[in-house]
Amino acid sequence: MKFTAKVAAARAVAGLSRVTRTGGGTTAPGKLLLSLDHDAIRRLAARLERGSVVISATNGKTTTAKMLAGLLEPELEICHNRSGANLTSGVATALLDSAGKSVGVFEVDEAALPSASAALDPAVLVLGNLFRDQLDRYGELEAIGAAWAELTGGLEASCTLVRNGDDPLLASLPSGAAGTVTFGIADSSAALAEMPHAADSKWCARCGHRLVYTAVFLGHLGGWECPACGNRRPALDVSAAAIEQEGLDACSFTLQTPLGERRVRLPVAGMYNVYNALAAAAAAHALGGVELDRIVTGLERFDPAFGRFERVSVGGEEALLLLVKNPAGANEVLRTLALDERPKRLLMALNDRTADGRDVSWIWDVDFELLAPAAVVTTGTRAAEMALRLAYAGVDDQRMIVQPDLEAALDRALADGDGPLYLLATYTAMLDLRGVLADRGIVRPYWEAE
Amino acid sequence: MSSLVVAHLYPEHLNIYADRGNMMVLRDRCLRRGIGFELIPCGPGDGTPRADLYYLGGGQDRDQSLVAADLLRRAGELRAAADSGSLVLGVCGGYQMLGHRYLARDGREIPGVGLVDLETSAGESRMIGNISIRCELDGQELVVVGFENHAGRTQLGPGVQPLGRVLHGNGNNGRDGGEGVLAGGVIGTYIHGPLLPKNPALADWLIRRALAAREGEVELEPLDDGLAEQARRVALRLVES
Repeated sequence: MKFTAKVAAARAVAGLSRVTRTGGGTTAPGKLLLSLDHDAIRRLAARLERGSVVISATNGKTTTAKMLAGLLEPELEICHNRSGANLTSGVATALLDSAGKSVGVFEVDEAALPSASAALDPAVLVLGNLFRDQLDRYGELEAIGAAWAELTGGLEASCTLVRNGDDPLLASLPSGAAGTVTFGIADSSAALAEMPHAADSKWCARCGHRLVYTAVFLGHLGGWECPACGNRRPALDVSAAAIEQEGLDACSFTLQTPLGERRVRLPVAGMYNVYNALAAAAAAHALGGVELDRIVTGLERFDPAFGRFERVSVGGEEALLLLVKNPAGANEVLRTLALDERPKRLLMALNDRTADGRDVSWIWDVDFELLAPAAVVTTGTRAAEMALRLAYAGVDDQRMIVQPDLEAALDRALADGDGPLYLLATYTAMLDLRGVLADRGIVRPYWEAE
Repeated sequence: MSSLVVAHLYPEHLNIYADRGNMMVLRDRCLRRGIGFELIPCGPGDGTPRADLYYLGGGQDRDQSLVAADLLRRAGELRAAADSGSLVLGVCGGYQMLGHRYLARDGREIPGVGLVDLETSAGESRMIGNISIRCELDGQELVVVGFENHAGRTQLGPGVQPLGRVLHGNGNNGRDGGEGVLAGGVIGTYIHGPLLPKNPALADWLIRRALAAREGEVELEPLDDGLAEQARRVALRLVES
């Protein structure tokens, strides 16, 4: 079969799954294509005249890719796995529509990165973060780190490596013959008071000595150095200074780049999104030909709707991921949920780690009375306390299950009844929840899949 | 039918640590037993209502300053109420305001309502974290668990008893092992979380004490506190970690 015929066959599958709405439209065509021609990604990606930007990270891949796509478009026609299908099958599926596109923007699963990157031969490789705050994933992440080091050590001069300098693991990766663009946060006032509970021991990737942090911004991301071997956070090419968070709605920061600096108001909140924005800006800069104005405009018009209300498909069911961490934001979320009058299932994950706020008093200021869930599973470090709060909000305790284990709680929430499933989680619980979903390969925002 | 009347002082100003959670608990534990519950919000300029329990929560410095003068105006009424068997409960900032004064870092002195012999001065660092204390209330031993977050160091006057002894955490000043105050009908504590949901025995003690002046000895039937006990066990475990 000629290559064009293989592509046509895969496109037919894509068309079929869209028509029948059977799902799988974001991966099945690519799977078929790869089974017909394992070299398909390379051949299709070669059609992109400006090449591809490949983005990987434990967290923020989708948002970063979406931000980057937003600031490249509409001037550039992009090929983007915007559904979040980030294994090679998802990339191959997206590439079925690469004809006439000038640049690819692909988020790629951490484990799939080496093979996907080898096939895509990216012009820009963006590495956002590698979190190891889930102990059960520690081993896996070490393995991923080793695989990434092998990948980056072999990069050619045609590639620019964009890396988060605040992540000691990423900053310590070799870069082969590639040029580098390093991004990070240059605002010590934005530092956490102490290292988050789950990230309390960080070791030098070069010599294994315990790292010293001058500032921690998120997890193990921050200003760091190794007192033993001198390994330290590299100079930042693209950075954010004077960060101001505006509740859950937005944040502002001064974007500092080799092209100049600008104040940016990003319509999504959180340090996390500052990193995502930096990664997107650094990637655009590395790609070249994107002016600072376009970068700023693109970031400022980022559609926040899904940053806070992320739709995922869990076990074939619709679920909405909602970060809740303070009364004002949580009440806004609950007010929105109350608009959905269908019987709801709720998973409420309350952690009391540093990044969540160790004091969980705030849940008593949240109007959980607005909810009338059909079933509730509470989870997290303060799962029972959350259930107690909901009981006071009038939720029948016969309808509540307290399951501190997040994964078990998720399974329980999935197993109980039907109706839309809302996954509310505090900051670290959301990271954990996303980790669980990612482990299962189901962090797949599907809102743009069709 | 007996009924508990609670005056919530300055709920718009002093509510920083979800003080309304404490109101929910008092209300719920009364209503589940067929005891009436009346909550009277009392803001600056309002008259001081007659109540079985006066509740004063914590606020940010600015908000506390805003109501401090108004509270002083009520000193006589609150004193009289406490003397006739009503309870006055202050939590966090509200606790500090029950004393003679608060000495800020910059030397400013914010006068308190002086219901109890104690004073507070701002320390260099905040005392933040989970806390547990052991109390003996009318011969009943109980452990109260919650969260503390305060820069103020509170010193009790000679002979004034704390609400409890610190098991884990800092308490009044991080030095003398005392936490809060219990002086007649005046009760103060730094413990929030809020204070009452995870400490149902303390809530019941407050209800019994508050009702005693008007209703005499009230028998409170036991309630199913399964979830509260579960949350409490977790909190007691976390306070040790």
